[in-house]
Amino acid sequence: MFELLGISAPALFGQLLLGLINGAFYAMLSLGLAVIFGMLNVINFAHGAQYMMGAFAAWLMLGILDVPFWASLVLAPIIVGLFGVVLERVLLKRLYHLDHLYGFLLTFGLALVIEGLFQWKWGSSGAPYPSPIAGGWNLGFMYLPKYRGFVVVAALAICLITWYAIERTRLGAYLRAATENPTLVRAFGINVPRLITITYGVGVGLAAMAGVLAAPIQQVSALMGTNLVLVVFAVVVIGGMGSIMGSIVTGFGLGLIEGLTKVFYPPGSNTVIFVVMALVLLVKPAGLFGQTK
Amino acid sequence: MSVPVMAEPLLKVAGLEAWYGESHILHGIDFEIGRGELVTLLGRNGAGKTTTLRSIMGIVDKRRGSVKFEGLETVGHPSNQIARRGIAYCPEERGIFSSLSVEENLLLPPVVKPGGLSLEDIYRLFPNLEERRRSQGTKLSGGEQQMLAIGRILRTGASLLLLDEPTEGLAPVIVQRIGEIIRQLKERGFTILLVEQNFHFAATVADRHYVVEDGRVIDMVASGDVKQNLGKLQAYLGV
Repeated sequence: MFELLGISAPALFGQLLLGLINGAFYAMLSLGLAVIFGMLNVINFAHGAQYMMGAFAAWLMLGILDVPFWASLVLAPIIVGLFGVVLERVLLKRLYHLDHLYGFLLTFGLALVIEGLFQWKWGSSGAPYPSPIAGGWNLGFMYLPKYRGFVVVAALAICLITWYAIERTRLGAYLRAATENPTLVRAFGINVPRLITITYGVGVGLAAMAGVLAAPIQQVSALMGTNLVLVVFAVVVIGGMGSIMGSIVTGFGLGLIEGLTKVFYPPGSNTVIFVVMALVLLVKPAGLFGQTK
Repeated sequence: MSVPVMAEPLLKVAGLEAWYGESHILHGIDFEIGRGELVTLLGRNGAGKTTTLRSIMGIVDKRRGSVKFEGLETVGHPSNQIARRGIAYCPEERGIFSSLSVEENLLLPPVVKPGGLSLEDIYRLFPNLEERRRSQGTKLSGGEQQMLAIGRILRTGASLLLLDEPTEGLAPVIVQRIGEIIRQLKERGFTILLVEQNFHFAATVADRHYVVEDGRVIDMVASGDVKQNLGKLQAYLGV
């Protein structure tokens, strides 16, 4: 085996692969945030809590009804997405005429309430979720559990499907147009308030789907989303608020950068994303893919 | 004044009042348009012409009075439902979407009734748009953007078109082209309510003119009577 700057190949590739897996979650979550922000102008701080709800929904369905992982992967996002729809109809829509800050505060408060309730009911120690795909591949430089490989592929597929739906379909064109000028789009006969509700529901569903995918890797716990969502917000800022492709590329990219930092300078791995954020903001205040309005 | 006798007007506006926030803009607009007519709203800047169009479309903060389209009341309904009944709006600022290509802009307004133009018809009417259909909507020239804004609402099957100053800021040769297109649309049976600052342009295309001042309709002149009423009209418009 060769060595690079004193680092063995297994260590390097191993961390890169872990970075890719983390990046997959960053990408899925920042994508949902971007979709929601683009349409609602709301910074959805409850995204981490909704991710956690997805994992919990899968775990509860398995424990109580014996629903297998693959069914949960579809059902949990629908259930949590519907919860998002109710949230939007009952609470969020009352804030659209106010400053962004109010939507941010509301979703922040909701995240605290939701996570508090889950913690109260199920504690914060976390519960395991059995991996739906057993075994792994020996790649020579490392052992890759098959499930982790699947997560990377599934995340890429979810990201590309979402990108395609927004950039290449009729519904996506409605969405993009309504982001620019909702009044005119409505005057063309499109029910924009319903479009907004659907968008929020889909964004929340994406978070929940990421949560289901995370369940077999992480412990299912009430606070599993809080730390992650902080990093994801940094990813969104680096990529540019509201940019779909930006959040996908930045999500995977930053996961890899984080992985590399773990190899070359382990103490910096927790802060490297925020350093990158500061540097990007100095050079491009709107983010790498963002457009200044 | 020769007022055409109309069995049932396509659009009948009565006592229409409208507000933006606290400001009361329309104080009682009354007029009507028969099916297939081309009618203009004339008046000075700030008289309430654009607000009248926006009120018909249902996109002002608050409105009161009556706007009947095909005999049915529209006041109290949201703009998406009004559009679905067959009214289409081309705003003064054109409203071309920059995140959509030219063709996506054209395909954006959903078809609400049968009988609209096909995409091919629209490209035949505006060949420039077909050449540039993959371009970003806002990369077009001003004239092309105006054609896109008009072309976009012809697909939907709407029978009443509200056109807000389609010639504003355009070169004379393009104004002429838009005039031809508006005449063609009338021949195809569209009913058109046109807001125009350019009176000479309006006089060449319209059947009748309503004069708006301070949020009210104060006079009506048929195109045939424009010559006799030129002095009066010029006084209204301050030209």
